[in-house]
Amino acid sequence: MIYLDHNATTPVANEVIEAMNIALRKHFGNPSSFYNIARQARSILEISRRRVAESIGAEPEELIFTSGGSESDNMALRGVAGALKQKGRHIITTSIEHHAILKTCKDLEKDGYKVSYLPVDSNCRVDPMQVEKSITSGTILISVMCANNETGVIQPLEQIGTIARNHGIVFHTDAVQAIGKIPFDVNDLRVDLVSISGHKIYGPKGVGALYIRRGTPICPTITGGSQENGMRAGTENIPAIVGFAEAASLAASTLDEHARKTAELRDFLEAEIFKRLDAVSLNGGAAERLPNTTNICFEGIDGESILLYLDLMGICASSGSACSTGSAEPSHVLMAMDIDPRTAQGSIRFSLGKDNTKQEMGATLDALAKIVPKLRAISSL
Amino acid sequence: MMKDWKDMYVQSDADMAEGPQLFYNAIVLKHFVDPKNVGEMDADEADGYALVGDPVCGDQMKLWIKVENDIITDIKFKSFGCPGAIATSSMATELARGKSIQDAAEITDDDVIEALGGIPEQKKHCSLLGINALQNAIHDYLLKKMEFEAQTDDEDDLP
Repeated sequence: MIYLDHNATTPVANEVIEAMNIALRKHFGNPSSFYNIARQARSILEISRRRVAESIGAEPEELIFTSGGSESDNMALRGVAGALKQKGRHIITTSIEHHAILKTCKDLEKDGYKVSYLPVDSNCRVDPMQVEKSITSGTILISVMCANNETGVIQPLEQIGTIARNHGIVFHTDAVQAIGKIPFDVNDLRVDLVSISGHKIYGPKGVGALYIRRGTPICPTITGGSQENGMRAGTENIPAIVGFAEAASLAASTLDEHARKTAELRDFLEAEIFKRLDAVSLNGGAAERLPNTTNICFEGIDGESILLYLDLMGICASSGSACSTGSAEPSHVLMAMDIDPRTAQGSIRFSLGKDNTKQEMGATLDALAKIVPKLRAISSL
Repeated sequence: MMKDWKDMYVQSDADMAEGPQLFYNAIVLKHFVDPKNVGEMDADEADGYALVGDPVCGDQMKLWIKVENDIITDIKFKSFGCPGAIATSSMATELARGKSIQDAAEITDDDVIEALGGIPEQKKHCSLLGINALQNAIHDYLLKKMEFEAQTDDEDDLP
């Protein structure tokens, strides 16, 4: 099996499994309880918090553990909207966000909030000037993803962060795809809220975090006990949090090495695809991208057909194409880039990981060199 | 009890290793990997032709039929579409080949799905594409035939 879908999820690192194993075996105590084993659990919870915080340049008390990226996104949007509803009801985001942001915004619209969905250029980039122009007296929150999951295109967060700060507006970023792949520091980027996920960085699923800069107005969305500084009720998922912390630490310490390695393989894969096949194009190729991601259009054929062939040959990739997930709509990201729907339909995303090899790239290229001409021979276009 | 669950996890592991059968069955996969009747016909060779598109997902299909004595003797298609569209088009052409125009006109998308042993629910609209193309090609053939008969009738009327 050749796994080239690391933006969807990653295999759990051995170090993470070992850390989780210890937590599961030894630290079953409820961190909110009084006695010794509870204090031990609380202690490893706080060690884990410090480890994740350190990996993004944050203070431990600025980090809330959640069930993952989607919950963090919901908490950020709903939490700020709720806390600032007297101040204003306008939110600025982009048309290429993850559905955890887009659908939450749609939901907030039903509650009377106004949302501006900013367009992107043909290379999947948000224009910071447009962010500034969209600001009104009622703007309470700006949410722009750090890097896009489908194209890997990195957004100009530093500039947007400066604009947000100058206007005194809370700035959130969904950094689920970026963290572990490119350097990320909450202070460099001037962000107030950051969504992080465990399973995209070789950690377990069902765990993530929301970074909340000290002083940021936000109210809790999950209410109950006073865990997580009153921001997120519910007994903490200690084994997952321990695994997540191990993954975050590993990701930070191996970032340069993995980024260099995946970029090398990704660039090789791209260059060879262009060499061996005609009528192929790169989506978002002119912008700065994550080192591991490539989104390629194979003209005249349907993405899901390519994916199924690859699957039959043991290669895992994904597509933003219409039928792949059973939804009739082509990728909202490629549509926002004003890409022709048929081109979008023939687009495939390969997202590489730390354990991929050049040999695997070779096998993938050989597979594509067989599949693409075969499907083009059937194509009516 | 625990042991049973463990077996199930291991079992599902083995299932996945063999491919996406959970999604498309073996017959569908066979028609996707090795579709029947793929190709084109020249305009003078084909007795009926259709170009249809699926506005829902952007799929497109071309289909040609050759008819002798009201029997479909040859049928060819080309498709820009998902595996569901390719497999259902392949099966639709297999079902139509050798049938009379009247019988072929009565083939439905349900017949295609049944012959394939079922397709995923969200792919059912794909099977309409092949059937629409077949019916449009038959319609095209019947129109051409009527025109031709009208012409030859006119010629017969000449003194």
